[in-house]
Amino acid sequence: MAGNELYVATALIVILVGFATVLVKRNLLKIVIGFSLVDSGANLLIVSLGYLPGRTAPIVDNADMLARHGSLLVDASKFVDPVPQALVLTAIVIGVGVTALMLAYVVRLYATGKTLDVREFGRMKW
Amino acid sequence: MKQVISVIALVTLGFVLWQLVPIAIPSGLGPVTQHYVADGLVDNGGSNLVTSIVVNYRGFDTLGEVTVLFLAVSGAAFVLRRRSGLEVYEPIPASEIVQTGARLLFAPIVVFGAYIFVHGHLTPGGGFQGGAVVASGVLLLLLADRDRRLPHGLLSWVESLSGFGFVLAGVAGLLAAGSFLANRGVLPLGQWNRLASAGIIPVIYVLIGLKVGSELSALLDLMVHAANEREEAHR
Amino acid sequence: MNIISWLNIVDLLVSAVVIIAAIGAAVHRNLLAAVVFAGVVSLAISFLFLRLAAPDVAMTEAAIGAGLSTVIFLIAVRRTEEMEGGDE
Repeated sequence: MAGNELYVATALIVILVGFATVLVKRNLLKIVIGFSLVDSGANLLIVSLGYLPGRTAPIVDNADMLARHGSLLVDASKFVDPVPQALVLTAIVIGVGVTALMLAYVVRLYATGKTLDVREFGRMKW
Repeated sequence: MKQVISVIALVTLGFVLWQLVPIAIPSGLGPVTQHYVADGLVDNGGSNLVTSIVVNYRGFDTLGEVTVLFLAVSGAAFVLRRRSGLEVYEPIPASEIVQTGARLLFAPIVVFGAYIFVHGHLTPGGGFQGGAVVASGVLLLLLADRDRRLPHGLLSWVESLSGFGFVLAGVAGLLAAGSFLANRGVLPLGQWNRLASAGIIPVIYVLIGLKVGSELSALLDLMVHAANEREEAHR
Repeated sequence: MNIISWLNIVDLLVSAVVIIAAIGAAVHRNLLAAVVFAGVVSLAISFLFLRLAAPDVAMTEAAIGAGLSTVIFLIAVRRTEEMEGGDE
């Protein structure tokens, strides 16, 4: 609990700012920017919840990190939690894919309706 | 009225997250994570524990992620396909510095990206990072020379064969050791901290790096050339 | 002042940059500036990942979040309008 509060608080503020943008703004591009902010904030939140103070990155690069000399078992008390990092690696790539798809739709909607206001699209009929 | 509901929703979300966070902060490694870390070097032979989780212990999730990225890029390509009735206007050509720099820098950037995904099991990095760096190098080429057309046939073959190769590696694990994407038995684990180690993990990461690099390059090429088109009525 | 407290001050500064840039991305009317602010948020978050002992994730966020995502946004802004019209 010691070292995490600053990062968790930053991540929560970014998530809330992103959601506020999605809920309040009318411009389609602003809404997509809001979703991208929510993605970044959620990734920061997950990684900061896996951080254990005083430990190092999960890469075994010298023999001090092994449990015993001559064996390949790793001393697990020297590393931060690697599972949130693996999950966030996946999440970042999926986030950019979804953002690209959303932006393709925004470009197409603009070509059809000539406006980026989300209220106009609520009134469009077939 | 909508503003009031938005404010209430945001305050509730912030409150719920703030209350849930102290429960979620760990004080040590959980039992499954303990096994991933302690046996990560023995089972996989590679120094990067995050790579061993992404490719071996959670390899099926990585297969799903590659699929999702492919679907997103395909969807974007379908939405932005070339339609009749669009006029193409001449973009401003890039300056001399950008053109010369792009020609000089493209090869080192691609080599750097390839270095990142080939050494994914030894140093921080891996397929996704290396693929993104290669796509950035291709973007530099596209920005310098606006008329350049990427060989889409070659990109699409590289992408398809890499994805197919990833599934083949999984099936090879199934045949050799009894479970899909298994790391034992297909290639030798080798010596710790050497390039040719960690079983099939470097092979899978090279395939992922090629696939992500060619996919993102195709997406950037599509979007950059689509940016030169405008609808007729709007100028 | 030893290295540990110096790093804590850098953490505070970078977190402040993250929050200010996020609010700037939400508020600014010029969409080009808002997209650049979102790129700054991603870049500063990748620095925070480095401080959280996650070099893989920092590399991925810097390359994909701050690099490719910003470029795709800029292409979309070019294809549509640059100023946010109307009011909120």
